[in-house]
Amino acid sequence: MRVLKILLEKEFRQVLRNPAILRIIFMMPAIQLLIMPLAADYEVKNVKLCVVDFDRSAYSRELVNKITATSYFQLVDYTDSYNKALTYVENDQADLVLQIPAKFERQLIKEDKATLFMALNAINGVKANLGSAYLRTIIGDYNREVRTEWLQIPRFNPQPVIEVAAINWFNPYMNYRIFMVPGILVILVTMVGAFLSALNIVKEKEVGTIEQINVTPIKKYQFILGKLIPFWVLGLLTLTIGLAISYLVYDIAPVGNIFTIYFFAGVYLLAVLGLGLLVSTVSATQQQAMLLSFFMMTIFILLGGLYTSIESMPEWAQAFTKVNPVAYFIDVMRMVMLKGSTLWDIRFHLLTIFVFGIVLNSLAVWNYKKRS
Amino acid sequence: MKQFIIFIRKEFFHLWRDKKTVFILFGMPLVLILIFGFALTNEVKNTRIAILDNSKDETTGTIIRQINASRYFDIVRNIKSDRELEGAFREGKIKMAVVFPMQFQYSLLHTNKAAVQLVMDATDPNVANILANYTTAIIVDYQSSMKGHQNLPYTINTELRMLYNPQMKGSYNFVPGVMAIVLMLVCAMMTSISIVREKEMGTMEVILVSPIVPVRLVIAKMVPYFLLSAVNIVSILMLSFYVLEVPIQGNLALLVAECLFFAITVLALGLLISSVADSQQTAMLISIMGLFLPTIMLSGFFFPVENMPVPLQILSNLVPAKWFYYIVEDIMIKGLGVAYVWKETLILAGMTFFFMVISIRKFKTRLE
Repeated sequence: MRVLKILLEKEFRQVLRNPAILRIIFMMPAIQLLIMPLAADYEVKNVKLCVVDFDRSAYSRELVNKITATSYFQLVDYTDSYNKALTYVENDQADLVLQIPAKFERQLIKEDKATLFMALNAINGVKANLGSAYLRTIIGDYNREVRTEWLQIPRFNPQPVIEVAAINWFNPYMNYRIFMVPGILVILVTMVGAFLSALNIVKEKEVGTIEQINVTPIKKYQFILGKLIPFWVLGLLTLTIGLAISYLVYDIAPVGNIFTIYFFAGVYLLAVLGLGLLVSTVSATQQQAMLLSFFMMTIFILLGGLYTSIESMPEWAQAFTKVNPVAYFIDVMRMVMLKGSTLWDIRFHLLTIFVFGIVLNSLAVWNYKKRS
Repeated sequence: MKQFIIFIRKEFFHLWRDKKTVFILFGMPLVLILIFGFALTNEVKNTRIAILDNSKDETTGTIIRQINASRYFDIVRNIKSDRELEGAFREGKIKMAVVFPMQFQYSLLHTNKAAVQLVMDATDPNVANILANYTTAIIVDYQSSMKGHQNLPYTINTELRMLYNPQMKGSYNFVPGVMAIVLMLVCAMMTSISIVREKEMGTMEVILVSPIVPVRLVIAKMVPYFLLSAVNIVSILMLSFYVLEVPIQGNLALLVAECLFFAITVLALGLLISSVADSQQTAMLISIMGLFLPTIMLSGFFFPVENMPVPLQILSNLVPAKWFYYIVEDIMIKGLGVAYVWKETLILAGMTFFFMVISIRKFKTRLE
């Protein structure tokens, strides 16, 4: 116990005297939480629209007015040359082209039917999809208006109608930030924990100070614990800063119990730090450790379900998420912060991560050799 | 000159004999392309949902069967009460619940009106929107099959044409993104760490008192990484062409040239980092916070720039990867020529020059 205390004192001093580490602990949460949710906004607005109007009738103008009155679209140009519109798309000045054919109004009234053409820059799939869906909704609304203008709708509806109403739980205003912020908190804690711990032991190797430790009576597990605990504290500190920022800036307070989050984060950090220490014992240089943990973190984070849901991934990727600690924590964080899940609700997540922690740390202890 | 070549060889051996590093550096593009190409889709399918059927009649049975038959949904639970509903959401088991009120069929047949309620887990707003749309479409289909087909008067149809990406594959956006990430990793992070390492280990002092010109040493360090990134560029292009079947519309030579040029820009960034940082950890932190995060967040690969608030849009102009993205998108996907990308190239050239000048300046002051 005394040995561990002395080791901890040494590690804490080392960490606290390193300005780079202190900077990362305060800067990372700030940069990520302040910029990322603003940048990673998949809500589509300001779709740049170019209208090619060959008809120039009262109807076509009315339709265009209706479209530009919404906040989704921004009219780039109102022209009668299709080629000009295509040039806009090529230069990225327009995302969407709406073409109103000649005699649109006449066809609609005389033949009961008219067709509009949309061309969209489909390179950005999400934007193209949502943009065209919005445009269709607006055209559909307009269509209904035209119909009521010409037809008398009978008051009693002779046809059976099923009304579908959707209510949105947990995020009633459909705010994308509420979805992103808990996920980013997880990335934050993971990155700080994994990178710092991965670089730590290997630095002692590279500088040569590990030799000194190897000739002392310090036990292997004591050494690993001495490395683990300071970063565990730092990880929880980062989480606290992150939670504070998300409350102060985004007004997102956990619906569930905050201690549930800390409890899970404590167990989770054991797993992540164990992984980092394992990387550290495997590598010979800091460059190697860096690269290895960067490689793993990229895969873990990309397949963690931060932006795209895990259910829509192919089988092999879904199988991988079963051993991806980041995926578990992102899930838990969203459950507790947004839905108010309790410890009992997340029991399986907790148990899995606990097992990961035990396995990874034992591997790290086992793999750290006191002989060179 | 001979001395210079010897140094390049030394650096080559350094890199080549570290098998783990080489393995990861070559494996990274492959893994990234596979993940982005196949695992990350915005498509929604096999979503787990629950049904709360308070009516249990023929109509609700048919609708439930049709929902279950769709590939978007997997009914995993039949729920009995509102209480259970809440629990299922809290345990994260379901993303949506379809609730039928009592006497659904009765009111539909007798009053011509019935209501279905969809309870959405709206934590992910886009997915919630898409799921609600799909379900509504299924129910509307059922409804129109009930009353038989009928043409409505005064109908406006819309026809849709996709430009550049007719199958709406998500794969087109991220190819330049993967390229930028890999180049950042190889050219900026690895290079700067390996230069700073000499400082940290004290071997830099040995070199500074030796007859070799320090700038040459630095360039010698960059050459192997530059060649490695050239190999990576080719492999990413081949993977995206053969595995993901992303067509290369424009001039291939121009595309490769632009990529290599961007590699030089990133090398200059790496040089800048190494002249500022004095330990490997600092170099790494600067590369992650100063290069990777801005590249991922602000370059437009993953998140469209025009959705961002104006200050971020202005800030994004300082991120070199953003200009690279425009260039690759124009050449590779839209098939445009030099006339469309010279401006962006010039901006990158200016940035490169700026980084070089600053880092050489800094480097010199350290010598004195």
